Amino acid sequence: MRENLHRFLRAARGAGVHVSPAESIDAMRAVATVGFADRMVLRDSLLLTLAKSEDEKKALGACFDLFFAHADPTRQEADDEAQQDATQNEAQAAPQSARDGVDQTNAELGPLAQMLLARNTADISAAIANASSAVGLSDIRYFTQRGLFSSRMLEAMGIQRLRDDLDALTESNPAQAERLQGALDGLRDTVRDTVAQALALYGREEAENLRHEILRNAQLSRIEPRQVAAMRALIRQIARRLRERYSKPRKRQRRGHLDVRRTIRRNAAWGSVPFLTAWKRRHRDRPKIVALCDVSGSVARVSDFFLLLIHSLHDVVSDVRSFAFSGHLIEVSEILEQKSAEEAMAEIMDKVGFGSSDYGSSLVDFEKQFMASVTPQTTVIMLGDARSNNLDPRADILKRISERAKRVVWLNPEGRMTWGWGDSEMPRYQTFCNVVRPCATAQQLERAVSDIVSAYQ
Amino acid sequence: MADPQAPSSAATAIAGVEAGLAAQGYIASRQIATAVYLSQAIDKPILVEGPAGVGKTELAKAIAAWRGLKMIRLQCYEGLDEAKALYEWKYAKQLLYTQILKDKLGEVLGGAQTLHAALAQLHDFGDVFFSKEFVEPRPLLQALLEPNGCVLLIDEIDKSDAEFESLLLEILSDFQVTIPELGSIAAAKPPTVILTSNSERNLGDALKRRCLHLHIGFPEQKLEERIVESRVPGISQTLRRQLVAFIHDIRSLDLKKQPSVSETIDWARVLVLLQAAELGHEVVKDTLNVLLKYESDIEVALPQVTTFVAKAQRQHVF
Repeated sequence: MRENLHRFLRAARGAGVHVSPAESIDAMRAVATVGFADRMVLRDSLLLTLAKSEDEKKALGACFDLFFAHADPTRQEADDEAQQDATQNEAQAAPQSARDGVDQTNAELGPLAQMLLARNTADISAAIANASSAVGLSDIRYFTQRGLFSSRMLEAMGIQRLRDDLDALTESNPAQAERLQGALDGLRDTVRDTVAQALALYGREEAENLRHEILRNAQLSRIEPRQVAAMRALIRQIARRLRERYSKPRKRQRRGHLDVRRTIRRNAAWGSVPFLTAWKRRHRDRPKIVALCDVSGSVARVSDFFLLLIHSLHDVVSDVRSFAFSGHLIEVSEILEQKSAEEAMAEIMDKVGFGSSDYGSSLVDFEKQFMASVTPQTTVIMLGDARSNNLDPRADILKRISERAKRVVWLNPEGRMTWGWGDSEMPRYQTFCNVVRPCATAQQLERAVSDIVSAYQ
Repeated sequence: MADPQAPSSAATAIAGVEAGLAAQGYIASRQIATAVYLSQAIDKPILVEGPAGVGKTELAKAIAAWRGLKMIRLQCYEGLDEAKALYEWKYAKQLLYTQILKDKLGEVLGGAQTLHAALAQLHDFGDVFFSKEFVEPRPLLQALLEPNGCVLLIDEIDKSDAEFESLLLEILSDFQVTIPELGSIAAAKPPTVILTSNSERNLGDALKRRCLHLHIGFPEQKLEERIVESRVPGISQTLRRQLVAFIHDIRSLDLKKQPSVSETIDWARVLVLLQAAELGHEVVKDTLNVLLKYESDIEVALPQVTTFVAKAQRQHVF
């Protein structure tokens, strides 16, 4: 029983529920109180003790259903009994002589063959369970290990002996051999299912981590369409992490300014003799961000993800205005805020996307209409490859922006090697930026945004 | 672990909780009853999350009424601190006593021959002033001091600051607090602790780990009907069904604030007052403001009223 619960806790971790040792102790205590008999009560208790959010509850519920659909002890016992009854009935119904004959031939066979021929499902599932613990099936992590674990399990159950038996039988008793072959195929299927099930239970987390790792380091501009949804999810996850890290109250002590009220209260116990002093605190600036994103064909995908990240970060970045441009520039804050990510991106692309980029005229647009949104607290983020099709880059406007703003950060989806080559105007813009960095993967994107937000802490 | 007695007794105990709460007019779902049972069995606080008005606070009240315990409520808000939640020194009393005892001071110290002896005597004297007599217990300490146990409701914990959460950790895991001058004070009888949260901000992992996590969402139709039945006894069965069906439809709309159970009950009471036997669009349109709290929500819902009412009336057929 305890073993079963331990395996379930491992499966729960696989399903993405964070289970610490303290929580597993709680779960154990809860289960010890409610017992295993009532499935729904057991499910509720585990959900209450282990899951700490709605999402976790859902994941854990699904995991519970999957796990106990097969590994349920009470039901298995009931099955065993039913099975035994059935076999007994069958045995009684079969003619005495025929059974004797079968028994005699079977006596020379290995245990697995005998088990298969007897069609005793209870024994077979017990053997499968033994084999899975013998090969450590719960250690399965990746789908590539499926074949390996299947064959290991069959070996542990004695498939070698079975093959010999099968060869021998083909000579002596072809009909029996055929039956055995059929049963063996069935066994292979069952083992394959068991392994697949174990993978679904225990392997999810590792496989997901691996996939995420690959995705995080993939070039954003070269993401395949089928990966876009996964990448969106990843970006949201990154946003959540950044939010958790930076949304703590920004309080700093401001030494030198006494907080009279708090000092008096704190020292009231000593007749207001100020033994302990309290200092005024100051709430730090909340980040203010103005983001200018190039959405021309070459970098559209990257800016897509970037805008998504900035807007998923709303709790931290309360004051953010986004602009998109290729030939000319428009404000897109509202579109991003009101529509779902997919719709918003489509609409932005519709309005200004996919043109050939003209940084000069876009900067002119910005200076004319939106220069007022840049204040000494603002971080201006430029996102683009700085390829202006040999048109005037108007670096002087960026200079003026940089004079007004707290900082100008340029994120370039191209590597440093290519800056300044061809029509790249990066070196001319670079002089007016406080930070310039290449930003081609989700990981680099995360680091860049993290740095920007942490500058306000 | 595999105690053969345990399963049946647990199931009966949970059913007992359900019945006990129902007697107080609180219709609990199975999850809620299990949570209440478990919190008692393994001495754990319950953290209840869910939208406003689904009966999180009511749960605490119902448990207190059912067990015949005192309920101590701590309403959280931004800036809530130790002095208001836990304890404070009665400094006025301390000062007063010092004043009164001033004359005695000479007597106390008079007997001392040396400076050391005087200091030692002063020392004892100081400890008197930081004794239990001068501690003013606030809700959390009160709950621990309650000799027969109590239900401690820490309401809207998400409204408090993150620092306050850390303050709670010792109470939630060990049912004790430490007052530096006095040492640790452990609960005479562990209180049943209910924390509620509207998920306005994410609570810390440390806090969540110490609690059973219960999520109360909007109830299913059947359960909500039973809740209305228990809370608004005068309502006819037809009206009850139609009303609950209507509200479930309303919840499917994209609203700023979804009507919750408390609004359902209010609305049912209003309809009973108006002596409505059935749901009709006129009545609904006139009383929609009981259900929906924003003008914009009412505007969203109004065009749908006729359809929803018709749908709710069809429900009655089955």
